[in-house]
Amino acid sequence: MDEGLLRALVPQVITALLRRGADFASAEDAVQEALVDALRTWPTGPPRDPRAWLTRAAVHRLTDAVRSEAARRRREERVDEEPEPGPTEQADDTLLLLFLCASPQLSPTSAVALTLRAVAGLTTREIADAFLVPEATMAQRISRAKATLRDRSLDAPADVAVVLHVLHLAYTTGHQGDERHDLAREAIRLTRQLVLASPEPEVRGLLALMLLHHARHRARVVGGRLVPLDEQDRALWDHDEIAEGVRILQGALGEQRRGRFQVEAAIAALHDDATTAAETDWSQILSWYDELLAQSPDPVRDDPAAVLSRAVAVGHVLGASAGLLEVERVAPELKGRYRVDATRAYLLRLAGDLPEAAEAYARAAERCTSTLERDHLVRQAALARAAARVNDV
Amino acid sequence: MPKYLLLKHYRGGPELPTPVPPMPEWDPADIEAHMAFLEHVNVMLKERGEWLDAQGLSMDQEWIRYGGPGAAPVRSDGPHPETGDLVAGWYAIDVDSYDRAVEIAAYVSSEPGPGGKPLYEWIQIRQIMEAPPSYAE
Repeated sequence: MDEGLLRALVPQVITALLRRGADFASAEDAVQEALVDALRTWPTGPPRDPRAWLTRAAVHRLTDAVRSEAARRRREERVDEEPEPGPTEQADDTLLLLFLCASPQLSPTSAVALTLRAVAGLTTREIADAFLVPEATMAQRISRAKATLRDRSLDAPADVAVVLHVLHLAYTTGHQGDERHDLAREAIRLTRQLVLASPEPEVRGLLALMLLHHARHRARVVGGRLVPLDEQDRALWDHDEIAEGVRILQGALGEQRRGRFQVEAAIAALHDDATTAAETDWSQILSWYDELLAQSPDPVRDDPAAVLSRAVAVGHVLGASAGLLEVERVAPELKGRYRVDATRAYLLRLAGDLPEAAEAYARAAERCTSTLERDHLVRQAALARAAARVNDV
Repeated sequence: MPKYLLLKHYRGGPELPTPVPPMPEWDPADIEAHMAFLEHVNVMLKERGEWLDAQGLSMDQEWIRYGGPGAAPVRSDGPHPETGDLVAGWYAIDVDSYDRAVEIAAYVSSEPGPGGKPLYEWIQIRQIMEAPPSYAE
C-alpha cells in the first residue's frame, strides 16, 4: 500500500467535503475515520480508485453522524461526479488547510498537531506517539483546537509567516520519533507543497533550512549517543539532500528579499559544505550571523538564542575570549539556561582552559532537560577533566 | 511541549502556612469534597489535552539496595523514617509552558481541606526529560 499517496489524499478529501458545505471540524473527523479504515483494509483489499474510495468512506462517516440515508446517497453521487483535481488544485487544497490550521488563535503546539492530522494525513495515534502522550490526550487536544477554529471563516486572510512558524515547529519537534514517526520528514513534505503554492522566498528558505539540516540526521545520533557537529562522520550525511537544499536556497537568495530562514539555511549550508570540521568557513558563517542579528532591532532582547549561537562563530574567527565576551553579553537575558553554560564550556575548551570547561559542562548537564543531551554534556565534562589532569602531569 | 510531574507529598517540603490535621481526623464530607476535587483535576486536564498520567502511592515505603555477590538485598526504613520526604502521588502533564505547569500546581494546591478551606499544600514540580532539540549545534 502506498501510504504517501493515501496521506496526500487527506487534505484533498477534506476540502472536497468543505466545498460540499460540511463544516471543518466534522469534515476533518470524518476523513480521519476514513483514513483509519483505509490503513486497516487497504493492505489486503486495495481499491481501484483510492481517492473515490476515501471520499466515499468519509462522506459515509459524515452522513452517518448527521444526515439521512437519502442525503448520503445524493452527496456520494455528487462527490463521485467531481473530476480528479489537477496539481494546482491539490496545492490550493493544501494551502487552504495549512492557513486554516496555522491560526494565531491556537497555541503553536495545537496548531502543529492539527496540521499533522488535517494536512499531513497522520493518524491521531501516530501524532500521539511522536509527542509521547496518550492517544486520548492528543485526540482531545485536536478537537479543542478545532472548536477554537469553529467560527473562523475559511477565506479569512492568513499570514504566511504563521504557517512557516508552525511547519518549522513541526520540523524541530520531529527528530524524536523513529523513521515511521519522523515528523521532520512530514514537515519537509508539507513545506514542499507550500513551495508549489507560494512564491515567497522565505518559504523556500525554510525548505532549504530543513533539507540542509535533515541531511545530517543519520550522523547526529549514533548508537544512542548524541554526536556534536564537529565530531560527526560526514560520510553519513545525505549529499543529495544537501545539493537540493543548496539549489533551493540559491534560488531564494537570488530574489534579494532575505528573511531569517534563508539566513539560517545559509549558515547550515556552510556547515554542510565543509569536508571536515577544520575546513568550516567560520568567517562566512559569522557574517551570516551578523545578518541574522540585523533582522531584529535589539537582538540580545529579541533573539538571544541567535546571539548565543553567533558567539561560537565569534570564538572561531576572533578567538575564544572574544566569543566568551559575547556569551556574557547575552547571559543575563538567558539566565540559567543550560545552553549558556554549554556554549561557555565549548569556548573554554577551545581556549584550552580545560578545568573551567569541565565545570561549565557539568553545570550545563545539571540544567539540561533532555536525557540524550545531558549524557553528552556529562561525557564532555568528564573528558575535559581527564584531559586537564593529563596536562597537569 | 514540556512534560512535568506535579508531586504531592504526605510529608516533607516547606512548612504549611496553616497546619492541617491528618486526613483520618477530617469530617467525612470534607474528605469526599477533597477526593472529588482531585478527580475534577483529572477531568479538567484530560479535557484540555494536557493529561499524561495520575497515580497515588500508598504510605508504606522501604529502601532496598544490592547486597553484594551472593548476599541478600539490604533493606532499610531510610535515614529519617518518621519525618523524611514521602511522596503521595502525582499528576503527569504535557503543557505549553512552565507557567502553565505552575498554574496547574497552584490550582491543585487550592484543593479543599477541613471545612472546605483551601489546603495550600506544597506541590513539587519536576520536569520530565525530553528528546533533544534538533537545533543544538
